[in-house]
Amino acid sequence: MTWDKKVSMSHVACHMLVKMIRELHEKLINREITATELAQKYFDVIEKKDGKVKAYLTLTKELAMAQAQAVDEKIAKGEEIELIEGIPGAIKDNICISGTRTTASSKILDSYIAPNDATVVKKIKESGAVILGKTNLDEFAMGSSTENSPYQKTSNPLDENRVPGGSSGGSAAAVAAGEAVWSLGTDTGGSIRQPASFCGVVGLKPTYGRVSRSGVIAMASSLDQVGSIASSVEDAAIVLSEIAGQDLLDATSAQSADKRYEDYLFGDISGKTVGVPKEYMDGLDGEIREVFEKSLEKFKSLGAKIETISLPNSDYALPAYYIIMPSEVSSNLARYDGIKYGLRVDDQKDSKVKENGLPKTLLETYLDTRKIGFGDEVKRRIMLGTFALSAGYYDAYYLKAQKVRALIRKDFENAFEKVDFIYCPTAPEIAFKFGEKSNDLLKMYLSDIYTITANLSGTPAISFPIGNVNIEGKMLPVGGQLMAKWFDEEGLLNAAHTFEIN
Amino acid sequence: MLSKDEILNIATLARIGLSEKEIEKYRTELSAVLDYFKKLNELDVSEVEPIGHITGMQNVYRNDRNEDFGDSGREAIFKNAPETKDGYIKVKSVL
Repeated sequence: MTWDKKVSMSHVACHMLVKMIRELHEKLINREITATELAQKYFDVIEKKDGKVKAYLTLTKELAMAQAQAVDEKIAKGEEIELIEGIPGAIKDNICISGTRTTASSKILDSYIAPNDATVVKKIKESGAVILGKTNLDEFAMGSSTENSPYQKTSNPLDENRVPGGSSGGSAAAVAAGEAVWSLGTDTGGSIRQPASFCGVVGLKPTYGRVSRSGVIAMASSLDQVGSIASSVEDAAIVLSEIAGQDLLDATSAQSADKRYEDYLFGDISGKTVGVPKEYMDGLDGEIREVFEKSLEKFKSLGAKIETISLPNSDYALPAYYIIMPSEVSSNLARYDGIKYGLRVDDQKDSKVKENGLPKTLLETYLDTRKIGFGDEVKRRIMLGTFALSAGYYDAYYLKAQKVRALIRKDFENAFEKVDFIYCPTAPEIAFKFGEKSNDLLKMYLSDIYTITANLSGTPAISFPIGNVNIEGKMLPVGGQLMAKWFDEEGLLNAAHTFEIN
Repeated sequence: MLSKDEILNIATLARIGLSEKEIEKYRTELSAVLDYFKKLNELDVSEVEPIGHITGMQNVYRNDRNEDFGDSGREAIFKNAPETKDGYIKVKSVL
């Protein structure tokens, strides 16, 4: 098979094993293709497909070609190259690349040119991987469908009438459409895993603290984590190996042994225990349940022991999440004030607010800038968080939610005394159609029901394709989600890999 | 249901200007989400210690040293500011 064909087929079959990075690496070192040719081929695919998919907001062709050329020079000199070197990928547009427009999909950062690289971008550049461009997301990563982007609607490469999921919808769609080999996303409540599930690719949210958040535009700092999206578990692992590690610029990043995660994919999980939370199964029915139960049989046939477990506080995770996240959002997004950077609006229209002691001109700059610059969902969450943190309500909302968070973490600690992994579907649904949920907030929020607990508890979690359902004549993917103990990414990746290769 | 005054108060604290139409919209939407939060009242958490972040790490230190971004770095930062004067970011009168 020529590799052109492989690129165009990479998104077709969910169960097809695609080890894109290793295969492309072989081609590079065997001089079947140069890194510059490879990058150009991906730009050609983008040119051909992205008019429809709309995964990218910005292309970084100059950067990509310079990076590719550096790799070609190394190869020409006979130097050894690492697996990731010369392999093209995409970066979610809430992650800063120096000298490149970085919008977080918000009009308030429409013309923002990042003055520095995020630590993960610095690491990716140092690794020699090639950066093709920046991908679309829900504004400030707030959403589950990428419909909250004011720039464009990214469509699901498997069915153009459906959403790619969100908020890392552009990153997942780029990989699924063969417009990137790998991509980086961010995950605050499922924003890597749910779009990976909807697009039939692999999405990894590492343990909180595994990857530096420095230079990543903050949404909810105690929940945000950067991770990888790719066509296979191995590819996601290779990218994680490059971006993981402690960083002095992020005080919450954890000490790291600098593992090569791809070296831990043994393909054997016999004797491991996989726990299925009974609370997650209540109310799960139809085809997703069928696919899920089949996948349980597969885990059993691979020698894993399946156990029903209980995470008793599961019902409280979503309300706790929707208090903690907006509270942190309201604090983090206070920096967009029309003074230091980003959009400034001074239309001096009466903004209908109470006097609060600030000079009218300064107050109105704030009010007008944020009124025009932020989209609906962002304003809603800022206001929700402001309310939850305001005098008289703090104890009833934010403090209470933090206590509930402690209970949820305890549930996970108890569960992991008995089992090695927790397993459930990634989302209670397959990719939905555009507009299907955009008018029903709580329904949209429910899309995150299985994914938010990994953010609240901090555990690593991965979504990988476990099967398809036939809807309206199209085969659409279902994602399974494995969660593991804190900092056991190697065990987690091995379990998902073992499922994938069998 | 949140009152119009409550929405205006939240919006002012959040520094977000609202139109008359938006006030009504957020009254309905925020009230619905707040109702949903009532679910947490089922739980007794009086004995539970809250957690602010998940790793439990404390007192992470680094050198208190300023990093000089140089002229080009300074320029890269300044070109994002809406208004500058004499090498400073200009802020409106605060008094």
